[in-house]
Amino acid sequence: MTNWIDIGALEDIPARGARVVRTALGCVAVFRTGSDEVFALEDRCPHKGGPLSEGIVHGQSVTCPLHNWVFSLETGLAQGADQGQVPTFPARVEAGRILLDATRLAERSAA
Amino acid sequence: MSQSQKHLVVIGAGMASGRALEHLFEAEPDAWKVTLFNAEPRGNYNRIMLSPVLSGEKTYEEIVTHDDAWYADHGVTCRFGEKVTAIDTAAKTVSGEDGVPVAYDKLLVATGSAPFIIPLPGHDLDGVIAYRDLEDTNAMIDAAGTPGARAVVIGGGLLGLEAAAGLRMRGMQVTVVHLMGHLMERQLDEAAGYLLRKALVDRGIEVRCSANSREILGQDGRVRALLLDDGTELPCDLLVMAVGIRPNTGLAKEAGLAVGRGIHVDDQMITSDPDVLAIGECVEHDGALFGLVAPLYDQAKVVAKTLAGDPAQFVNKEVSTKLKVTGCDLFSAGDFAAGEDREDIVFRDPARGVYKRLVLKDNRLIGAVMYGDTADSSWFFGLIKDAEDVSEMRETLIFGPAFQGGTPLDPMAAVAALPDDAEICGCNGVSKGDIVAAITNGATDLAAVRSTTKASGSCGTCTGLVEQVLGVTLGDEFVIPAAQSICGCTEHSHEDVRRLIKSQELKSQAAVWQELGWKTKDGCHTCRPAINYYLLADWPLEYQDDPQSRFINERKHANIQKDGTFSVVPRMFGGMTTSDELRAIADAADKYNVPTIHVTGGQRIDLLGVRGEDLPAIWADLNKAGMVSGHAYSKGLRTVKTCVGKDHCRFGTQDSSGLGIKLEKKLWGAWSPHKFKLAVSGCPRNCAEATCKDLGVVCVDSGYQIGVGGAAGMDVRQTDALAQVPTEQEAIDITVAFYQLYREHAKYLDRPYKWIAKVGLDWVRERVIDNLENRKALIERFELSQTIYQKDPWAEHARERAESYQPIADLSLQAAE
Repeated sequence: MTNWIDIGALEDIPARGARVVRTALGCVAVFRTGSDEVFALEDRCPHKGGPLSEGIVHGQSVTCPLHNWVFSLETGLAQGADQGQVPTFPARVEAGRILLDATRLAERSAA
Repeated sequence: MSQSQKHLVVIGAGMASGRALEHLFEAEPDAWKVTLFNAEPRGNYNRIMLSPVLSGEKTYEEIVTHDDAWYADHGVTCRFGEKVTAIDTAAKTVSGEDGVPVAYDKLLVATGSAPFIIPLPGHDLDGVIAYRDLEDTNAMIDAAGTPGARAVVIGGGLLGLEAAAGLRMRGMQVTVVHLMGHLMERQLDEAAGYLLRKALVDRGIEVRCSANSREILGQDGRVRALLLDDGTELPCDLLVMAVGIRPNTGLAKEAGLAVGRGIHVDDQMITSDPDVLAIGECVEHDGALFGLVAPLYDQAKVVAKTLAGDPAQFVNKEVSTKLKVTGCDLFSAGDFAAGEDREDIVFRDPARGVYKRLVLKDNRLIGAVMYGDTADSSWFFGLIKDAEDVSEMRETLIFGPAFQGGTPLDPMAAVAALPDDAEICGCNGVSKGDIVAAITNGATDLAAVRSTTKASGSCGTCTGLVEQVLGVTLGDEFVIPAAQSICGCTEHSHEDVRRLIKSQELKSQAAVWQELGWKTKDGCHTCRPAINYYLLADWPLEYQDDPQSRFINERKHANIQKDGTFSVVPRMFGGMTTSDELRAIADAADKYNVPTIHVTGGQRIDLLGVRGEDLPAIWADLNKAGMVSGHAYSKGLRTVKTCVGKDHCRFGTQDSSGLGIKLEKKLWGAWSPHKFKLAVSGCPRNCAEATCKDLGVVCVDSGYQIGVGGAAGMDVRQTDALAQVPTEQEAIDITVAFYQLYREHAKYLDRPYKWIAKVGLDWVRERVIDNLENRKALIERFELSQTIYQKDPWAEHARERAESYQPIADLSLQAAE
């Protein structure tokens, strides 16, 4: 079951940027690409815990600000030689509003 | 009317209803008696061809689709120039201006749309028009008849640009004002928008993007100028508003038909009343409105079939856009922007000004944007419409249907595209044409070109470009030594990109990506900060700094720490502080629970462990005490370390802290290829450690010794003497000129010592010390840049962007429930 909730307007995030959503289980980074796609990932690099929301967004990737690990926003997988995966969450844009699936966000502790 | 004929009343003689009547008469030549109302005093013409009428490429007569004879042949009663005042769906009548009800069996509402007029102050002045019908077009043609007349077009969409191009072709001075960051943002991405803008600017149209209109200024009831939010006044004799359209639904609403944004119709084009149909730009079907002609023609077919009693269903299909501006070859179709799970295929040919981008999802083409070469657009459009699986041809898809093996991206295309007068060697003023001439005269290697033209003979940073000119000119006879490219997005080195930004006058990131053949859509974390720096350093007035192309420290004006918190370092000019400042720092540390306070090597205080969300608040507090950002996070001016100098020290020879403060006040806020640290020592004992700084001044009795290129990081290096000067003012001038030279020429992330090792200290000395005119010019360029960049980012962010430091939403309570 999905439970889409409105977390804000697309314009609240700069293109090629991110904002965080605070949840009971830590922060989720919501990214907006240069093509206005939206992705939600855990705001924590699997390497040393860097805040991915503060990274540089390019294409469909983000570069962690601490040690330049690059992750696919789509799959959460580390790119290149690095190994690791960031949990991802369903996100979509409807009529200019960003929607996240609250059910999946809440399920996170079990995952 | 014969007894068997049914009566159809049509309101609006536009392209949709015109096409519907054609289909109807074809299917049932004698079944219907038609009465056609039209508010415009004429019948149906091809409205989308108004642009060629405006530009003078066609006449009105050429775009008429149905003339009087056609209406007569089909027995249509034409009531042109007459508005319908009411529809009575119960009585099934329509009233025109004469008030006599006209009965109908079926009614077709085709009232079209009206241009949206922004309710700016002054929008009702004479000379403010929309671009919609023949009257508007004629008004524009009239206005263009006055020599020297100027026009402003608000709206950089399809219609606005066609209006602008048409007015320009008629000889007007035209400025396009567009709210968004690039033109036609609904149809084009940045790169294509950039190429389009370039083509329009080339034909003499001024384009202002990200420009918000504030007020239309008038004189004697007539438009005089448009005032923008930034205070700019654009004088004009004609102001065209082309910002969008709104369905004309008033009549339908008054008649009690269901209306949302447009008149609601079902798949058979029937409104909420079974005897009333609607078609065209006035309708809303399944949530969608219509502005392009293709779906309208589909609707026309459905209307004709529905009226004839045949089954038909309107399906809203993909549409494509082409701009009707001669010479601007542009195509856009499908969905190329929002969404997930997508892949981009990008092809750029800078030499031909070609950009193509395909968007794939689940192995199907869902969108395409093309500029410069749209020959294959209908093939791509077909793939989009048919949702064909393209995985088999994915590798070669972008080359189109006639792909014969394809051509790989040519890294030299950017150099090949340079005009002959483009400057390759800035030091010696050598153009591409000079180098090509030297090569054709027999200089077939770098050394020969260097000795005959001097190109790359001074600082040497254009060596790569000279080699590429050799490669372009000589073809296979010249093998270009491999230079290290910036990153995987490009074949070019930093030095080449810097020079090409200058010589090709590239003033946006989109321009760099396109003209220099970037292989990715929007760069990566390696190239974007470098390109952003090069652009802001070379074009301080024209280029707008892009925070999203900066490393987090420079975006949030604080240093990120390993636990994700930040450090805050207020500026202490020349290392001097006061008890009030110290008190304010102590108060801030308490208020924001700063766990660690550290004194830095640059003579200031570092508050470590501040939470990202608290940054705007702590900055506002420090601002209140008169302190600004110390830029301890920046590739820019850091600190000027000083000793106390002759006021206190028994050995001091000059006012070293005074000079340090003056230098820091002059240089703070500027960005550079890497961090830039200074120091001023009051005597050769050098307590401020000036001889291991990027620039250090050591005061002596006779004046000031200036050294450059020191380092005390991964490499430790003593400064080299640049000059010794007798006055403080000269010491300041030389420092500023040196910094600007470094800012203009060094590779991103090269500290001065690395840069000097490449260009040579003599080359620096010649420009900063020997050539006084050059020194003056460097200082002037620096000061110009400082008018933009010397501002406290803390104050700005605390005031205007504090919200962006907070989470966009807080779900912590919801999730816990």
